[in-house]
Amino acid sequence: MVNLVKERMEDIELTKAYSQQLIELAEQNPKIVDVEADVGNCIYGGDFYCHFPERYIDLGICEQSLSSVSAGLSAVGMIPFCHTFAVFASRRMCDQNYISCAYAKNNVKIVASAPGISSGENGGTHHANEDIALVRPITDITIMEPADSAAMRWAVRNAAANFGVYYIRAERLKSNRIYEDDTDFAIGKANIIRDGSDVTLIGEGSLMVNECVKTADYLAEKGIRARVVDIFSIKPIDVDTIVKCAKETGAIVTAENHSITGGLGSAVAEVLCDSFCAVPMRRIGVPNRFGEVGQPAELQKLMHMTYQDIAEAAMTVIKGKSI
Amino acid sequence: MSNLKKLALDIRIETLEMLSKHGFGHVGGSLSIADAIAVLYGKQMKYDPKNPKWDGRDYLVLSKGHCGPALYAALAIEGFFPREELLTINQLGTRLPSHADKNLTPGIDMTTGSLGQGVSCALGMALGLKLQGKPNMVYAIIGDGEAQEGQVWETMLIAPNKKVKNFIVLLDNNEQQLDGFTDTISNLGDIRKKAEDFGWFALSVDGHDVDAIDEAIERCKASDKPGFIDLRTIKGKGWPAKEAVLNNHACRGVAFDGVEDVLTDMRKQFAAMND
Repeated sequence: MVNLVKERMEDIELTKAYSQQLIELAEQNPKIVDVEADVGNCIYGGDFYCHFPERYIDLGICEQSLSSVSAGLSAVGMIPFCHTFAVFASRRMCDQNYISCAYAKNNVKIVASAPGISSGENGGTHHANEDIALVRPITDITIMEPADSAAMRWAVRNAAANFGVYYIRAERLKSNRIYEDDTDFAIGKANIIRDGSDVTLIGEGSLMVNECVKTADYLAEKGIRARVVDIFSIKPIDVDTIVKCAKETGAIVTAENHSITGGLGSAVAEVLCDSFCAVPMRRIGVPNRFGEVGQPAELQKLMHMTYQDIAEAAMTVIKGKSI
Repeated sequence: MSNLKKLALDIRIETLEMLSKHGFGHVGGSLSIADAIAVLYGKQMKYDPKNPKWDGRDYLVLSKGHCGPALYAALAIEGFFPREELLTINQLGTRLPSHADKNLTPGIDMTTGSLGQGVSCALGMALGLKLQGKPNMVYAIIGDGEAQEGQVWETMLIAPNKKVKNFIVLLDNNEQQLDGFTDTISNLGDIRKKAEDFGWFALSVDGHDVDAIDEAIERCKASDKPGFIDLRTIKGKGWPAKEAVLNNHACRGVAFDGVEDVLTDMRKQFAAMND
């Protein structure tokens, strides 16, 4: 059951939640290993190292090996969580994720930190705006983007407990708690976190799900009742909930910390297309352009990914219902 | 040792029979690695053909995955599956695809085909076994053309740094790749010396001398470093016409002309070994 927090509460960093959960699991399961390619310290890898130095495998700066070595570790029974920045976990490791991990049916958990614009001042080379688009077509990879620390903890537990390749996007920016710790998540299940009947806002990740919540508050002041959905599981995607929301609210806006090409917006459009469920829809996210340096909040404005942008798109699709 | 020579010849015969049956396959590299595979399956590796997933087994990753036919031949000869199945290679629905696939073929330990990745997976397997305190060996076979992949050099750097000593890489150094001679495309130079400089226990041997290969593996196992064996080989070894030409990487159609004569000679040699 989805159990939402009752009042506003600042969350811890999702990478911190990831690290804490992985250490808890590693205490119970000696097969769990943390595989890094020199950026472990950016997500509290040092904490894991302090607990289990022999199971903290830092390969150095070699992302291709990060993926393939993890595949090999899993082939002899280990459960590798391999981590690097989302740019490298997708663009650099694409063929290794495909062949060594997915095609070979190995048991690798790929953790991709600092996705989308959250790399901020590291600039365009470090903005993973295409990672979902690169990973999503690969058969048998489960893609999750937890929107808060409770969702992150569940995602890590689920990935450790189930055989297969997982791609977990791990936001580094701090945001708000959405769920209580006892929330039951599920692979392939989106969560309606605010009800509404005029339009559905579907977000992914802490940055954009929280932005959708802010949008719903803003629209409420204008008398518009917006439903908010945290997609959580990007692949497999929750077809039933998307279709239900499309039918019940008649209009959809997607909001993602990713390019509008190939990510959440595309995935939702595919669902509507395949389900003969045509409703007005708009996609908010990084437009077809490269990233650049800036604070994440500045980049959010630059890329038209703020709550005002989502609200404007919501008004457009609501108008579209009467055309 | 004559048993190993016989096994190598048997592998070559089965390889040529299966590839010529359908008129397609990677002949050159399959023939150049036959002797090393014979030493691995005829002597060095622990395995149980009736229980391919036996956890006491040694592992082999054929990183140059396109030479699957030579490995399939060895697996069939050793009883992992019936020899007749070899003739199904590359046919829709087969368990024997052109490139090695661990989810299809009994006895294959890692799926390969995208060069550079297999040796890296093998390193992960060796690391995982070491972490679990297990004695199993992990072998990886790479090609000299494959050694142009950057990912191979990541493994060259990582394995000695992680002190992975249950790991032996065999380089099928047949000096040719799909587009031509390796030394004219991107020369590996003194590869044994390079491996040694990276921290490996590195040897260079005649890759068609089963005794020399066997001894090299023994010496690597006795070392406290990961082992690297530069196998000096001839692409197309055992098919004289192919040994003499550059374009023998993958053969198709008329490129198999004359294979029956080669097989006849090989079968005669094989029969003589039984006498």
